[in-house]
Amino acid sequence: MSASTPQTKRWPFIIPLLVIAALVGIFGKRLSDVSKGADPHLLPTALLNTPFPEFDLVALPGREPGFVTSELKGEVSLVNVWGSWCVACLAEHPFLMTLKRENTVAIHGIAWRDAPEASLQWLAKHGDPYTRIGQDPRSVAAISLGVTGAPETFVVDQAGIIRYKQVGPITPEVWQTTLAPLIAQLKK
Amino acid sequence: MIIELGHFALALALIVALVQSTMPLLGAARGNAAWMAMAEPAALTQFLLCALAFGALTHAYIVSDFSVIGVAENSHTVKPLLYKISGVWGNHEGSMVLWVLVLSLFGAAVAAFGNNLPPTLKARTLAIQAMIGVGFIAFVLFTSNPFTRLDPAPIEGNGLNPLLQDPGLAFHPPMLYLGYVGFSVAFSFAVAALLEGRVDSAWARWVRPWTLAAWTCLTLGIGLGSWWAYYELGWGGWWFWDPVENASFIPWLTGTALLHSAIVVERREALKSWTILLAIITFSLSLLGTFLVRSGILTSVHAFAADPERGVFVLILLSVAIGGSFTLYALRAPSMDGGGVFAPISREGGLLINNLLLTTAAATVLLGTLYPLIADALGLGKLSVGAPYFNAVFVPLMTPLIIVAGIGPLLAWKRADLSGALQRLKVAAGVSVIVLIATWVGNGGDLLSLAAGGGMALAAWLAALTISEWVLRVRGEYGLSWQRIINLPRSAYGMTFAHLGMAVLIVGVTGASAWKQERVESLRPGEHVDLMDYRFTFEGASQVQGPNYSAIEGRYSVTRDGQTIANLTPQKRNFSQPPQQTTEAAIHTTFVSDLYVVIGDADGTEGAFVTRIYYEPFVPFLWYGVLLMAFGGLVSLSDRRHRIGAARRAMATAPQAAE
Repeated sequence: MSASTPQTKRWPFIIPLLVIAALVGIFGKRLSDVSKGADPHLLPTALLNTPFPEFDLVALPGREPGFVTSELKGEVSLVNVWGSWCVACLAEHPFLMTLKRENTVAIHGIAWRDAPEASLQWLAKHGDPYTRIGQDPRSVAAISLGVTGAPETFVVDQAGIIRYKQVGPITPEVWQTTLAPLIAQLKK
Repeated sequence: MIIELGHFALALALIVALVQSTMPLLGAARGNAAWMAMAEPAALTQFLLCALAFGALTHAYIVSDFSVIGVAENSHTVKPLLYKISGVWGNHEGSMVLWVLVLSLFGAAVAAFGNNLPPTLKARTLAIQAMIGVGFIAFVLFTSNPFTRLDPAPIEGNGLNPLLQDPGLAFHPPMLYLGYVGFSVAFSFAVAALLEGRVDSAWARWVRPWTLAAWTCLTLGIGLGSWWAYYELGWGGWWFWDPVENASFIPWLTGTALLHSAIVVERREALKSWTILLAIITFSLSLLGTFLVRSGILTSVHAFAADPERGVFVLILLSVAIGGSFTLYALRAPSMDGGGVFAPISREGGLLINNLLLTTAAATVLLGTLYPLIADALGLGKLSVGAPYFNAVFVPLMTPLIIVAGIGPLLAWKRADLSGALQRLKVAAGVSVIVLIATWVGNGGDLLSLAAGGGMALAAWLAALTISEWVLRVRGEYGLSWQRIINLPRSAYGMTFAHLGMAVLIVGVTGASAWKQERVESLRPGEHVDLMDYRFTFEGASQVQGPNYSAIEGRYSVTRDGQTIANLTPQKRNFSQPPQQTTEAAIHTTFVSDLYVVIGDADGTEGAFVTRIYYEPFVPFLWYGVLLMAFGGLVSLSDRRHRIGAARRAMATAPQAAE
């Protein structure tokens, strides 16, 4: 910075402008997607109505069973991507426990980017609403599922086809207006 | 009627801001003193009008005028007065009015206190400030009007989100806005200087107090937010790396860098274009934060209601303000550099490293926050990063920063001799190593306690060197030393307090991260849990009634060696308007650590409740650290050098004020 050569190069001074132009471009694209009705919270059409990708994810130590995609078939289920480090997951958690108590729908968990001990401790502390849990420490499943952040929840039908993706916590409101009707319909 | 007056006042403020953003600028370009002089009364008028608008809106909330949509949606008659008032900024529309009010407040302050500024610089600065005002007042009026009426008016309002009904959060947004909107002044000064084509030490001296004031408020604002999250969200965490938190933290990082680089401009006239860039970036990041929070393009736990139309408006504002200033920067800044040359080992060198580390840290946090967007746009798939990423990149950046923060103030300007400071560095290093080993061995010698030892050693290093720097300045014969203690510039004390605050904060972060203990048990009345040396006994729970909620209140007694230490009464509150539950943790503090109890759901019969108990060591140090840093900011702000004229050029004598 202090280099006091007689003529200062001009080009480095344009860098901030280029960076901000790129950012504005990115934001603009995202905004236009949003206003075209492509709610960022919705599943990109690429995965909607396609089979849930095949995984065989290891169980948490001492907490069987793990998550195997082929075993999803036969019932409507929710696949919840979560992590013990995720605040919004904690916010969502009591409602998942309610769903579990009421035995409405099978809930499976994918423990994303989490240490197994941390996941287990979290479940011990807050309760375990899941039927199956698979570990995804290296984001293998998260990447093929196109997870944008935790929590995200996939609604999978009896044939193992993804029917919906909920981005962000499942609130009672989301449940009543969107998920419950969808699941009731899928169960028919 | 009053609400229409408020609306009208805001519309007038827009017109005044339009005048203020054009006439003084033309006047400065043409040398027309009368046109330049319009800036001052315009800035004061703009502030008065915004205050009127804000006052009218506040009045509507206080008297619960539900014919105003915002009041009906966010307020309720039985809400305590404090929360009726804080309800004004508890929603998007009202918070934007507060934003505009703070912006015009800073403009008015520059007009009122900037008597020593050259007329052209002052006129230009106020004009730029008014341009931002035009953008945001228009934003309020055209996309987020809080004065819209509702017909027919409902009998009762919807009430404020109960999580927000809390004293910590009532003051958090105003403090935060004072902080990051305050950086608008540094921005306006920077753009004005680019227009003038001149940056010198006088410029840096004018811009520094405003930056300092904004920085102090932002520090307190972030601290308040963290404190709120700690005691209100009910699981003992104090920082989540949530996009909304990051939005305020990123400008804090660059603002801190700006604070330090402005010193170099003031003392040595070096790093000029860099400092200008930082001033622009810091405010741009505040704008970016506003954009991210309001547009709904990122998902966050505490996002405001998203609205793409507003998003487009803010994005346009953002590109005009930032794009415009960066274009000006690209045109004008190259001719600006030069000034003092310095060796790598010097005070300037230290401050430069500080700047590089702080801006890198800001960039990594920004990247982490925006990663989902960028990855999506570049087709890398949809991904986001969580707390593990931030912790992994942040610690390695902060470590050298703290090391340099200890050494820097001991170095002389221009070219320093490290051997002069070597003796002190050796002592401090010795102290740090002792602290490291003591912490490590004293806590079991495992990997976690080694990491904790590292954190504590860093804190010890910074504290030891900061204190020794102060001792170096004031030591002497008894009487002489006393004289020096009194005569040392306030800005030097400011640095001492702020750096000590940082050291205290590191103790808090380290301790709270490493040694937090928690226990979750289902307790029946009479049963107890032991955690650390404490025994928590559940005495029972009962129903209690608050002003606008009912609650289950648990009673827990805490004993240590049979002595009662505290009786804690955590609550689980049920609000009816809007229907929502909140947990009120009960916290007993020993001023070194906290005991934190949360009552959960009733568990089966026999009056059992799920109880979560946390032992939170050193968490109070977080708040002490923040307070000490902010106090340092205030002390430095009170330095008379910031108030008197610019002519006085500090003489280059022996140990100098370090700010």
